[in-house]
Amino acid sequence: MASKKTPAINSSSTADIAFLLLCYFLMTTTMGSQTGLQRRLPPMPDKNQKVEDQKVNKRNIIIVKINSQDRLIAGNELLDVSQLKDKIKQFLTNPAEDPTLPEKEMKDIEGFGQYAVSKGVISLQNDRGTSYRAYIAVQNELVKAINELRDEFSRANYGKGFDSLDEEKQDIVKKCIPQNISEAEPKNVSNK
Amino acid sequence: MPGISSGSLSDIVFMLLFFFMVTTQLRSTEDMVTVKLPEASEVIKLERKDLASYINVGPPVKHLQSKYGTESRIQLNDSFKTVSDIRDFIAAERDAMSEGDRQFMTTVIKADQDVRMGIITDIKQELRRCSALKIMYQSRRASED
Repeated sequence: MASKKTPAINSSSTADIAFLLLCYFLMTTTMGSQTGLQRRLPPMPDKNQKVEDQKVNKRNIIIVKINSQDRLIAGNELLDVSQLKDKIKQFLTNPAEDPTLPEKEMKDIEGFGQYAVSKGVISLQNDRGTSYRAYIAVQNELVKAINELRDEFSRANYGKGFDSLDEEKQDIVKKCIPQNISEAEPKNVSNK
Repeated sequence: MPGISSGSLSDIVFMLLFFFMVTTQLRSTEDMVTVKLPEASEVIKLERKDLASYINVGPPVKHLQSKYGTESRIQLNDSFKTVSDIRDFIAAERDAMSEGDRQFMTTVIKADQDVRMGIITDIKQELRRCSALKIMYQSRRASED
């Protein structure tokens, strides 16, 4: 019994089997990583709590409205989506200390020192009939404006782009140029 | 000339196989709505895919249109739902996570680009009520213009 050797199993077909499995996983796999715009919703106000009108100075707020025809109004001005970015950048930086544009507040930022942080808030309002595409386009422009400001800031202070800074410095930049986008309570912006 | 030994072929294929086995994520739900994502250039990657729950919004797929019409619908898991069902859905998703991960939960709104904002606003309000505040509007990375 022991003298009879078992013949070796022909292993040339394992490759075929593995190929079959491989094809299966190739078909079912979803490789594309998911991307998108991240937001934080404001918490729901407490019912018992009296709604306090947040005293935001009028000059510190820019209202961006999109109506049901996907037309855009930013700060009482009809704009095209492509113009919005510059409008927002001007609003947030206020280089000429214009009294109609947001005021700045000296803040002590840890690890950086004194910096005049803009108090500007962007308020985004949309109609129920606004298309999602237009809404995302506007959201994207808002983020783009802030990202560009952050990039400019880090180039001026650290000599390189925002993306190549380490986390600690990115936090400092984020504190200097905060992303204040408020998606206020839904209102019907039904100006035809 | 001796033939090339094909003995290691299976090893190579197995290596590929393992790679795909590890990276693969089996599609757990069937899409019942058609979603063409809007484009955006400032997108960021979703950090923790395992902590994301998805809300699909869009018109029903072709073969369901006879039954459900072409009006945009919300799909949670495997069926059409209404806005009021979101609460239970979020609660269930939250329960499935470990205590420490719950605060990092992200709700991904996967909506078609032609959806009206009304339905999105309703979803957002409902999410606020369930205090699932971290959201992401899923969108494609725009090709450079």
